[in-house]
Amino acid sequence: MEHPYLFFVKLFELIGLGHFASANVHVIYSWVVMILLIVFGAIAAKSIKMVPTKMQNVFEIIVSGMEEFMVSVSGEQGRFLFPIAATVFLYVAASNLMGLIPGFFPPTANLNTTASCALTVVILTHILGLKFHGIKYIKHFIGPVWWMVPLILPIEIIGHLARILSLSFRLFGNMMGHELVLGILFALAGLFFAPLPIMALGIFVALVQAFVFFLLSIMYFTGAVEHAH
Amino acid sequence: MEGSALQFFVACVTAAGFGVGIAAFGCGIGQGLGLKGAVEGIARNPESSGKVTVTMLIGLAMIESLCIYALVVSLILIYAHPQAKAIAALFGAGH
Repeated sequence: MEHPYLFFVKLFELIGLGHFASANVHVIYSWVVMILLIVFGAIAAKSIKMVPTKMQNVFEIIVSGMEEFMVSVSGEQGRFLFPIAATVFLYVAASNLMGLIPGFFPPTANLNTTASCALTVVILTHILGLKFHGIKYIKHFIGPVWWMVPLILPIEIIGHLARILSLSFRLFGNMMGHELVLGILFALAGLFFAPLPIMALGIFVALVQAFVFFLLSIMYFTGAVEHAH
Repeated sequence: MEGSALQFFVACVTAAGFGVGIAAFGCGIGQGLGLKGAVEGIARNPESSGKVTVTMLIGLAMIESLCIYALVVSLILIYAHPQAKAIAALFGAGH
């Protein structure tokens, strides 16, 4: 599938790195999302006052809303995980929403981006489990009774590997499917504004998928940190 | 040789089409059941509509992801086929 007209790829072609840009579109647009998030973060943190201004209020609502939701799922012990979870949410949400602007490509519509996010979350889950429980982390994989271990241990390991697959494919499939539908509708009936309802659905899907990624990450972290049943 | 390779490709594309159709069938039933439970919950207790709606949306996204796994397999069959080179050679030689 060829990519349509993309602004930043054209920009890179002007510099002379056109081949690199058109082969690695998701990397270019990941950089765009990173710059966007850093700029927004700098604006938000520029002048923090005790009595918040309107701008600070908006950012406080977003951040504290996420934090309260996270603590309601993971309990007080999981509060230190808020930076990584919020970063994942904001990165995925910004990447997904960027796909709705004509001329931009969502980096999450490429399996590399989503697989990297999923790998980060799942490997962090295991590091957290080992850090909090030491070698007793193996008890999470054993199950209730000792004589069912040969059955339960492979199932648990496969389940953990399946988490990587499911996280990455869910996000990738949603975004790639959206892009494909937009492309096909545009080719079929672009003059009649046919892609517009799909773009409206796309806003909803983008936010819901970012939220689902966020929620699943928190649930995996919580499952690793808390004691096994 | 080319005849059977073309048949293989035709079978793959047909399978891709049916795959997503069957997955959407199951996904529709699953999401319908989830939605039914959510609407019944709101009807019994309208004050809980916020929490019920959020839970319902999360559940729908989870069920939808199963259909999307089937979609990804169909896309692999059509676009990222493991025998892509042979099929491209087939079409290049044929046309």
